[in-house]
Amino acid sequence: MDEASATGREIMDADEMRRALTRMHHEILERNHGAEGLLLAGIRTRGVPIAQRLAEHIMASEGVAVPVGHLDINLYRDDLSERPRMRVRPTTMPVDVTGRTVVLCDDVLYTGRTVRAGMEAISDLGRPLRIQLAALVDRGHRELPIRADFVGKNIPTRQSELVRVRLAETDGIDDVYILDRWVD
Amino acid sequence: MATSQAVETNLVSRPVPSVAARRRHVLDLDDFTAEEIITVLDDAAAMREVLARDVKKVPTLRGKVVVTLFYEASTRTRISFEEAGKILSADVINMTTTASSVEKGESLLNTGLTLQAMGVDAIVVRHPHSGAPHFLARTLDSVAVINAGDGAHAHPTQGLLDLYTAREHLGDLAGRKVVIVGDVLHSRVARSAVWGFAHLGANVVLCGPRTLLPDPFTSAGWGPGDNGVHNPLANVRIQPDLDAAIEGADLVMALRLQLERQKVGFFPSMREYIRRWQVNDARMARANPDALLMHPGPMNEGIEVSTALAHGERSLIEEQVTNGVAIRMALLYQLVGSGPGGD
Amino acid sequence: MAAMDHTGPTLIAGGRVIDPANGRDGVADVLISDGVVREVADSIPAEAVDEHGHMINAAGLVVAPGFIDIHAHLREPGYEYKETIVTGAAAAARGGFTTICAMPNTDPAVDNEAVVELVNRRAADAAVRVRVIGCVSRHRAGRELADMEELASAGVVAFSDDGDPVYDAGLMRLALTYSRDLGAPISNHCQDYGLCCGGVMAEGWVSSRLGLAGIPAVAEETMVARDIALAELTGGRLHLAHLSSAGSVSMVREAKERGINVTAEVCPHHLWLTDEWALGGQGDPNATGLMCYDTYTKVYPPLRSHVDVAACLAGLADGTIDCVATDHAPHERASKECTYNDAAFGISVLETALGTLMAPVHRGSIDLTTMIHRLTVGPARVLGDAFTPYASLSPGAPADLVIFDPNARWTVDVNRFASLGRNTPLDGVELQGQIAATMVAGRIVFEEETLLKQGAHA
Repeated sequence: MDEASATGREIMDADEMRRALTRMHHEILERNHGAEGLLLAGIRTRGVPIAQRLAEHIMASEGVAVPVGHLDINLYRDDLSERPRMRVRPTTMPVDVTGRTVVLCDDVLYTGRTVRAGMEAISDLGRPLRIQLAALVDRGHRELPIRADFVGKNIPTRQSELVRVRLAETDGIDDVYILDRWVD
Repeated sequence: MATSQAVETNLVSRPVPSVAARRRHVLDLDDFTAEEIITVLDDAAAMREVLARDVKKVPTLRGKVVVTLFYEASTRTRISFEEAGKILSADVINMTTTASSVEKGESLLNTGLTLQAMGVDAIVVRHPHSGAPHFLARTLDSVAVINAGDGAHAHPTQGLLDLYTAREHLGDLAGRKVVIVGDVLHSRVARSAVWGFAHLGANVVLCGPRTLLPDPFTSAGWGPGDNGVHNPLANVRIQPDLDAAIEGADLVMALRLQLERQKVGFFPSMREYIRRWQVNDARMARANPDALLMHPGPMNEGIEVSTALAHGERSLIEEQVTNGVAIRMALLYQLVGSGPGGD
Repeated sequence: MAAMDHTGPTLIAGGRVIDPANGRDGVADVLISDGVVREVADSIPAEAVDEHGHMINAAGLVVAPGFIDIHAHLREPGYEYKETIVTGAAAAARGGFTTICAMPNTDPAVDNEAVVELVNRRAADAAVRVRVIGCVSRHRAGRELADMEELASAGVVAFSDDGDPVYDAGLMRLALTYSRDLGAPISNHCQDYGLCCGGVMAEGWVSSRLGLAGIPAVAEETMVARDIALAELTGGRLHLAHLSSAGSVSMVREAKERGINVTAEVCPHHLWLTDEWALGGQGDPNATGLMCYDTYTKVYPPLRSHVDVAACLAGLADGTIDCVATDHAPHERASKECTYNDAAFGISVLETALGTLMAPVHRGSIDLTTMIHRLTVGPARVLGDAFTPYASLSPGAPADLVIFDPNARWTVDVNRFASLGRNTPLDGVELQGQIAATMVAGRIVFEEETLLKQGAHA
């Protein structure tokens, strides 16, 4: 383990994460009366595996293959000139978003700015029936009037703290930590 | 490395490591590394996706001002930059020498300073003099300068779109044989292609009349030679005989023959040029079976390239144009659409 | 200029006196009075200086005859925004030159007696001696001979259309022939336009990489060959200006071996800088980026390869090349703050000449005595007997001399130039070898107080 474990505290391990995603997929199905017309859009980077896991859960419980899209929101950011250059990667949607119920998936919901950019990005691709939001962690401190429809875990944080989500697909391990400061 | 809310706050943002992080200008490909080139090409792939949409507009560069400052006639490059800027929502202002104070004799220096004072974020400059973009870049403090072709020196965005197009079809370019045919001496396209393909490990062969392939291009390339520094151009070779050069080629790039230069008489006649250096089906038959053709345009059909080949299955010429917009979007995004650099 | 007026004699004591004309190189004292050298001896008693005179302590410094520059562009009349005779002469004083020869490519060109007189009149206020070079051709247009006899009578010391070659071989033949009786050489700027093709820097890997039109060395060499043949044919006095290529040096060497009456000069920058300086990294061959295309390196003849630099240095050392000449070519800022193609050719050289020339001396490529020779006796011989007195410290000779510290390190700062031309690629470069004082006819016209330890009155 790196220094993070020494200075941070774990708030979700692999089992908790799996249970949270299981519950979230039930909520998505319940809210939308099944999987019909759903499109899970993962916000790059860690929203993508979350969307894929939710799709796997839906496949397991409903036997329906829900399409999963990759959404890159860097071209829609409102703070480009304040931040270092971010790499931009393609947005890929396996189906047309028009007429779909698009569930934006992300790992952490914080200020809401990423979600705003994500909604704008989706709208540029077509006119979805509705857009919903699924976040593994909601840490509060919203700066925009945005609320998640499906939340894995609400975590009260101080603004100075950092929430680090790691996923097996991207980081080799499933866990969520609150850190005092960033460590590599 | 890992970052969860990276996209949410400045504090913890961790950009993907990139040499491009500190680049302020694009003047030449000589100071790019292979890693940085790949970064640009990857970004361009994302831009291709935007270009494929019904609604080709993203808000990325809203409120940014890009000026295209062209001291030479150009259609495709200028429009390509203009389209790239506009798709990214930048305000693009086209300045041409015939409709500006340049006609009244304003110097490049003062034109640049004026544009800077007006708060322009980027200047895309084309100039008949090699090094004009360098001069602008060292004169202006707060403007990104993109070279859209300077004299016989460089055309880096063309070089990058050539690389993008080639990689889409050939994959990894390391060890691939790339033949560049024509007036290499006066060609900024050739210079940038040489740097670009060399950086990515391709074996570049330059071909054309000896009068248009001066000695300094040979073996040691454009480097000082034996100073012990890695010279990416070490594998650039000269082969004036096109039939020999094209043997086993994976990619053939025909350069535009600048007909106006022919007045000087670098070769005896157009007829002789066509006979020895036209890229056509018969010659392409000597290349690899799936070898491809590129041309920077505008094309003199029937001179440097046969019409049949130019419009045939091996031709990537139209794809190059589309990719050109994506490359320029990627560069504008990198230079204008972000803060003062990474780590 | 910090001129020091005093009536009595001056004693320059304890310096290393290098006087090539008299074969002297060693620590000695130099006594000056009434504007002339009185005595040079191993030790001159301080009593030689009375209460009206003064003493200069030159310990650790070199004392030599003032440098003679037979090739400077003073720009006046016509281009006073680039340089004037007074500012150019002040720059010369700062550079240790006591006599400079003004090239005639002014506006109007120096092709008649009236312009010679104008230059001479303006030169009356100059800090150093200014001599005039006259045009070879009328209006410097290269079509017909100027009134060369009239110019010679008015006092020109050489003829040249410098800035341009005497392009027409027939005209060059006439000039060499006609001037045989005028006692002044024809100095030619060798450049074959047909081979230059609009070139702006030396042809080579750097020009190729930068996409700049190159000037091949043969553009100089073909005309050098032509002029040597014409000198042999006519018996005229040929002087080859600013040689820059290895090929030119070997042709001159061979011509001299064959007894042809030819002399040649080389510029300080061609003894050090190469075309790689155009990359903007002060000679770093791997420099890239926005400093490339350093317009301050644009000069004709162009900065060439290391091979050419070595050949020019060897030619200067073995006497193939008779002298150093600055080709001081001042320009206003705007003519360099532009693209490389648009930039004017030329470097402001006078104030950096010694520091530049000391680099090969410190490297051991040429010895200091020889270098001083090429700055004094060498140029004087090119111009003829009238210049002999200015090139020595012989008793009775005009007290034109320079005192310099061969080891002092200093950093070029164009803002301190006396020349209006701040155009040099050496701005910010550290040089080793600095002028301490320059004296014309016994009068100090420049002094660097930090180097000059003024002695007490006797």
